Amino acid sequence: MTEPAKSEMKWQRKDLLGIRELSVKEIVFLLDTADAFKEVGTREIKKVPALRGKTLVNFFVEPSTRTRTSFEIAAIRLSADVVNISATASSLVKGETLKDTAKILEAYHADLIVLRHSSSGAPQFLAERLRSSIINAGDGAHEHPTQALLDLYTIRSHKRAIAGLHVAIIGDILFSRVARSNIFGLLKLGARVTLVGPSTLVPREFEKLGVTVSHNIDEVLETADVVNLLRIQHERQRKEYFPGIGEYIRLFGLTKERGRRLKPDCLIMHPGPINRGVEIDSELADGAQSVILEQVTNGLAVRMAVLYLCGGIAT
Amino acid sequence: MNALIIRNGRIIDPANQRDEVGDLAIIDGRIADPSKIRNSKSEMDEIDASNLIVCPGLIDLHVHLREPGFGWKETIETGARAAAAGGFTTIVCMPNTSPVADSPGTIGWITDRAAEIACVNVLPTGAISKDLMGEELAPIGSLKQAGVVAITDDGRCVQNNELMRRAVEYARMVGVPVLDHCQDYNLVGNGVVHEGYWSTLLGLPGWPSAGEEAVVMRNVLLAELCDHHVHCQHLSAAGSVRILREARARGVKVSGEACPHHIALTDDAIQNFDTNCKMNPPLRAKEDVAALLEGIADGTISILCSDHAPHAQFEKEVEFDAAPFGIVGLETELGLFFDILVHKNRTIELPQLVEMFTVNPARLLQIEAGTLSVGRAADITLIDPELEWTVDARQFQSMSRNTPFDGWKLKGRAVRTIVGGKTVWKL
Repeated sequence: MTEPAKSEMKWQRKDLLGIRELSVKEIVFLLDTADAFKEVGTREIKKVPALRGKTLVNFFVEPSTRTRTSFEIAAIRLSADVVNISATASSLVKGETLKDTAKILEAYHADLIVLRHSSSGAPQFLAERLRSSIINAGDGAHEHPTQALLDLYTIRSHKRAIAGLHVAIIGDILFSRVARSNIFGLLKLGARVTLVGPSTLVPREFEKLGVTVSHNIDEVLETADVVNLLRIQHERQRKEYFPGIGEYIRLFGLTKERGRRLKPDCLIMHPGPINRGVEIDSELADGAQSVILEQVTNGLAVRMAVLYLCGGIAT
Repeated sequence: MNALIIRNGRIIDPANQRDEVGDLAIIDGRIADPSKIRNSKSEMDEIDASNLIVCPGLIDLHVHLREPGFGWKETIETGARAAAAGGFTTIVCMPNTSPVADSPGTIGWITDRAAEIACVNVLPTGAISKDLMGEELAPIGSLKQAGVVAITDDGRCVQNNELMRRAVEYARMVGVPVLDHCQDYNLVGNGVVHEGYWSTLLGLPGWPSAGEEAVVMRNVLLAELCDHHVHCQHLSAAGSVRILREARARGVKVSGEACPHHIALTDDAIQNFDTNCKMNPPLRAKEDVAALLEGIADGTISILCSDHAPHAQFEKEVEFDAAPFGIVGLETELGLFFDILVHKNRTIELPQLVEMFTVNPARLLQIEAGTLSVGRAADITLIDPELEWTVDARQFQSMSRNTPFDGWKLKGRAVRTIVGGKTVWKL
């Protein structure tokens, strides 16, 4: 393995709870560390001994296949031993509290716990109570830090710098942890951020975070350097938030016609899973400007970096 | 004859417009004329109240005692002790117990239990609707006969405006005031914190101010329609104050109360997901706090109370959105209000503070408490207005410790609580 990270910095955090708490230096250090790990995935033997002997628990209280798999592969490539616990299999469904379940994981001497939870703040709750490293894999509508890091990593790998870019995040912002983590990260690194979507899902209150709010996708297409489309989450939407998918596509969908008005070098991103033909046209999702699959690959490198750095702190 | 004289205190008795340094006499558990006691030759206890305030025993209009049904959070006995330690001689307990206090039998159980074990006066309220379900009226007339001082569905809110209208009409006939926890369920949804900057930042479901204001407005309309008193509980939002002010100016029979946490804290207190900052209604923005203070200053909000809501540690030590709403308040309430309203912000003068804890709630409930008139039960609170103290939750008399104020330094505290002439608590 190549020596990770040339940036001069000593990583101090045992937990990764969110992007909001990170300094610019820490974010850059994480991205630089991910750079070093990206190469590992291209080798014939895709494994380094960095976390050998460490136990990682993927504790997914809210269902997820994609993020859990990504963390699992990242951990395996670092030689950690991985256990997956899902909501239906855990004692939480039998009425055990999160605190008790977590104490039991700690009693197994889990070095790292990757937590996905439907309640905002759940990872912080664990971090305050456990010695294990807590990695937030998405909490409620709060943060999804590794998704934001992989988005930043992907942008950085295509654009020389993030500072000065105009990034449009389009869709359901209100209920999105991906949006919040991206907003915090992009603003820290100097990008200009516009949130686009219906007023019910992109309330004006977001402007206080330092972003621009727009309810008109057509006014951002021509100036955006990156468009990040969020999944319109039918399952979570109550019907009063917008009238229907048809109207959503008409007002906010990245259709073929709208795609033509993007700058030629504008990146199209999506955290997945995609609703083809809803938030994004199917061909655009697979087109030349799309970096959606790169995001997935970069996710492994970023998560390896996070596990490596935080896992090195945990005792 | 059993006699007690409290000497040299600053006697504040707003009902009698009294504010002077003097002696207060108590004979056989009742307030007496001091001249009688001076001429008496019998043995007499004395309390030196120099530099202390001597006022009618404080009333807390909004307390959850958790019994029957939730004895691991609080009992009538421990809740009453917490009240005494906070300077309260009378507490009004809410009906969201198990079973719900919606039948004369349950009211009887509470009053019997209180008579047996509580060191302060415990006045029960009854439910507005059966089982607090908001669907059918509880037997309000029978509840009144069993001794309730008011009806309320506190913790819940009757959503059906027609049912609420009939409840207010019926309560008028029976002669009990209606207290209402103002919350529109559709507007509030699954909200857990004030809808604003912090809910947006943290991704926590928002509880918009309009969810309270809409029901305060509803209550104004029904109080007018039915010509009967509706009291709005634990007001938190600026708009509620504005609606209430306008209605009271027109003579509508509505009133409102404020809790200490809604003026001591704002929604930024939730940023570390501290479940002891989760209450219903939620902590709100700076502008709301300013409006509440203004409402207190001009009399729009006429009653101060705690919304004492004990929960066990294991219940609160969970994910933020899963935690129950509410904090304990009896033992920090007077200190917080005194410190903020009288010392720090100079929102009101001392006599108005006493009035909001005594004669105002007594008038609302039409009970014989809250004054030092000769002949009344000797329920008295002695307050040291300059005492600086630090909140220590471990020392609480309450069974629960769920407070965001642990470690706060406050100025002003009750130092002795007297119920029916007997000292029930002393610092």
